[in-house]
Amino acid sequence: MGWFTKKTEAPALEPLPDIWHVCPKCQAHVFKKAWESALKVCPKCGHHDRIGARERIALLVDSGSFREFGTEITPSDPLGFSDAKGPYAAKAAATVAKLGQSEAVVVGSGNVDGTRIVLAVMDFRFLGGSLSTGTGEKIAMAIQHAIDFRRAFVMVSASGGARMHEGILSLMQMAKTCAALNRHREAGLPYISILTDPTTGGVSASYALVGDVNIAEPGALIGFAGRRVIETTIKQKLPDDFQTAEYLLEHGFVDAIVPRARLKETLAAILAYRRR
Amino acid sequence: MKKTSVSASAPKQNPAPARSAWETVQLARDPGRPGFRDYAAKMCDEFIELHGDRLVADDPAICGGFARIGKQRFMLIGHRKGVTTEERIACRFGMANPDGYRKALRLMKLAEKWGLPVVSLVDTSGAYPGLDAEARGQGEAIGRNLLEMAGLRTPVLVVITGEGGSGGALGIAVGDRVLMLENAVYSVISPEGCASILWRDGSKAPEAAEALKLTARDLARLGVIDAIVPEPAGGAHKDPASAVALVREAVAEHLGELLSGPSGDRLVEERFRKFSAMGRFDPKKAVPL
Repeated sequence: MGWFTKKTEAPALEPLPDIWHVCPKCQAHVFKKAWESALKVCPKCGHHDRIGARERIALLVDSGSFREFGTEITPSDPLGFSDAKGPYAAKAAATVAKLGQSEAVVVGSGNVDGTRIVLAVMDFRFLGGSLSTGTGEKIAMAIQHAIDFRRAFVMVSASGGARMHEGILSLMQMAKTCAALNRHREAGLPYISILTDPTTGGVSASYALVGDVNIAEPGALIGFAGRRVIETTIKQKLPDDFQTAEYLLEHGFVDAIVPRARLKETLAAILAYRRR
Repeated sequence: MKKTSVSASAPKQNPAPARSAWETVQLARDPGRPGFRDYAAKMCDEFIELHGDRLVADDPAICGGFARIGKQRFMLIGHRKGVTTEERIACRFGMANPDGYRKALRLMKLAEKWGLPVVSLVDTSGAYPGLDAEARGQGEAIGRNLLEMAGLRTPVLVVITGEGGSGGALGIAVGDRVLMLENAVYSVISPEGCASILWRDGSKAPEAAEALKLTARDLARLGVIDAIVPEPAGGAHKDPASAVALVREAVAEHLGELLSGPSGDRLVEERFRKFSAMGRFDPKKAVPL
């Protein structure tokens, strides 16, 4: 035997699963810790990954200032809905248990650089962030709270649209939330809508695009109808940037595209313009 | 909300044969049902059409104008599917562009200014899924209508005459009173769309139609509509003239009631309460966790 001991098997080089994050857009391997400290934004290509409602609240409001309410509102099954995969009630209960969250939106009040606001943050992980009776009720409750305390209302959308399992009553939440927003507007209070990936369907066609100021995250999918539905309807290829935040900015439907890292300071700067 | 003679809960004189939800969907889509032009010409004693959204276009898929039944003047708006092939294509089969929703809003604001009530006839499979529609802000246009209709200081009477297709229907359907024809449907998504997503099989549309609870009776039970307008035996397409006459009677009656009810801020407050009550959380009815 020489100095080198020949090994018959190559040393294990399998990556430890918890170290790397692979960017879904550019496939770059990024240290998971670096990616998380970059607020789940790819340092290579700037892709903004989806984040949960709690993470969103942590990055928008001053530490320790968030007071959640409305947690008593949980999913309901007004239609007794069942599909191929079984009853909706079971699916909803399992989702609540899995995420430890009562609905597809978290609402409460908090400070943004010391300015008290009311905010509602949707969570895409909860049945696609779908707008249901519970979600609509929580958002309407948050808006009413903002009216009662004369606060600005900040809505962060992340949703595939209305929740089919609650049928027409989900659709009616679009009218309900907008009726609440109309009251907030008539009280002369500011409404800032933050659109994140994705903001589509019934949510895009209710509260998401009617903010006094609409802010979108880079690259977010924002649109009413699904891309495939449009392609089969009009039988033509759609532009690559179709229904992105950038496309909406170009067409005049959002005021600004703000990277996640600058969202809070931008929100604070805009809120400072409120004079009443 | 005050119940009226054509009440959702009152038993009808000639109870219709029990139909499946899917059969009702077919009736609601029947091209022989009265459309916007029939209502404008035959339900109304006068109709003066007003065109355009004052921004980019005049969408034929939503029409509107000054209208009169007897002495009662109002603003009529509604989806239009068209009758001939050319019309149907021009109207995109009743699927409106943002320009249509913005035209409707312009006319509703005009009605508010002139002190006229609004009558909105809903009949669409949904808002148009197109490139131009998205470029011009389909979501914003519908959302804007929901916001503005919530605050409209003039009574709004909505009649779902055929298909109430999701956001495309709701965009002109925030009313103080919502009526629905006996064989109309109103749903968050088409049964076909729901089946392809939740059943992963579009052919399961009949099951999805049943599960979605989209018939007039279901909606009355869920508190989403206020009254059902009866149709002639076999459906509105069997006798369109009688169907239009029945809608005329219901519109005249409900408009009269709305006009003798609250106005201004009080009207807006009641409309807010009406929609706030829909899907209100009840811990007793929550899914057990």
